[in-house]
Amino acid sequence: MQSIDLRGVTCPTNFVMAKLELEDVEVGTTVEFFLDDGEPVKNVPRSLKDEGHKLLGLQEREGYYVLTLEKGGE
Amino acid sequence: MAEQKIDLRNLKAGGFIKERGKDLFTVRLRVPGGRMSVDRLSKIAEVAQKYGKGYVHLSVRQSIELININFADFDAVVAELGEEQQKVASCGARVRVPTACGGCEYNPNGLVDTQKSALEVDQKLFGTATGHHKFKVCFAGCPFDCPKSAINDVGFQGAVWPKLDADGCISCGLCAKSCTEGALSMGADNKPVFDAARCIYCGDCIKVCPTGAWSAERKGYTVRIGGKWGRRPLVGTLYATFVPEERVVEFIATVLAWYQEKAEGAGRVRLGDVIIREGWQSLLERLRGYFPEYVVKETIAPQVIQSQLPLPGQHV
Ligand code: HEM
Ligand code: SF4
Ligand code: SF4
Ligand code: SF4
Repeated sequence: MQSIDLRGVTCPTNFVMAKLELEDVEVGTTVEFFLDDGEPVKNVPRSLKDEGHKLLGLQEREGYYVLTLEKGGE
Repeated sequence: MAEQKIDLRNLKAGGFIKERGKDLFTVRLRVPGGRMSVDRLSKIAEVAQKYGKGYVHLSVRQSIELININFADFDAVVAELGEEQQKVASCGARVRVPTACGGCEYNPNGLVDTQKSALEVDQKLFGTATGHHKFKVCFAGCPFDCPKSAINDVGFQGAVWPKLDADGCISCGLCAKSCTEGALSMGADNKPVFDAARCIYCGDCIKVCPTGAWSAERKGYTVRIGGKWGRRPLVGTLYATFVPEERVVEFIATVLAWYQEKAEGAGRVRLGDVIIREGWQSLLERLRGYFPEYVVKETIAPQVIQSQLPLPGQHV
């Protein structure tokens, strides 16, 4: 599975980067993102869901979060 | 009698404030909720350019004030602003232009349509004489309360009651972590547990949930009454929760009627001071008669902020 590390990237750059990464992914593919705790994890998952992707999981690891999602259609 | 040069009716409504200089006035424009169309803004700029001194003042209550207007130009200023499009605001013992933040239209935090409420109150209650003192109303879209609703005579704050759909929850724990009030914790089944008594209806859980498992079961305004700023500040206290947007005008009118009646003969006194004198029970019970499903069981008097010397306990 493709992992995209967005740790150390602040809002809203992290969301825009996630969006750009997802453009190169096939619909239905599962991808994971690493997100910092705080504002990034509060904002990015919800914004990606609003873009039509399916959130499969969000789990805390040591000091950061792993968001798993399936790329949605147009 | 000298020939009358200006239409005195324009002065009566207030909104023309005498400046220091000879013959000069400030003209306070009516901008409910701080919303201003760009067309109106250019019109105002044109009038200010022609009759003012090259600048305007953005007032703390969201008005645009034209500065250095000669009283001989009043009629021209009012006419050129266009009486329908840009009205002059009020001063004195009246219901003032309501203020509001952006609310829910484009602001990610907004829970209710504060702009709509501000416009409605402006249309229906603006300028109503109180008989006693000024009367200020404010709308905040959520409990962040950026526009400081609680220091108004009546302050409204958007609120939502959160409801969980446990099947939609993926147990990420974000809602519990985001709730600053300690109203949410993660239960043994790894789903959030809601403690209603601690909730302040901010909706952060709804906003943060990545799957939409939280939604708003009820929505409306939390209402605080009796606030003011100035030399002797008071912070308004809680009288009602989840007042529907469509009953806001009626709610204010009920508070206003109580104020008009209870301050009879008391002179220039603000609502908060009348509440302190009469006791909050009187206003709360009056409101309960009209809004039984929203009025809280009990409240407290407006809260005094000691901002003047000597501070309590100090001897000067
Ligand atoms: C993500 C969080 C926040 C957002 C998006 C936000 C947004 C805004 C906006 C849009 C305004 C302008 C409102 C208007 O005049 O129409 C504002 C003003 C204000 N905000 Fe916030 N705000 C946030 C958090 C906070 C917090 C946490 C506080 C206080 C602890 C706060 C205090 C204020 C105050 C006092 C003003 C008025 C400033 C003034 O009168 O000059 N805000 N905020
Ligand atoms: S009170 Fe709430 S809705 Fe209004 S500007 Fe502040 S954060 Fe936004
Ligand atoms: S609405 Fe606000 S205070 Fe209430 S549970 Fe949700 S986050 Fe906590
Ligand atoms: S934020 Fe949503 S998905 Fe995460 S624990 Fe809370 S209710 Fe469940």
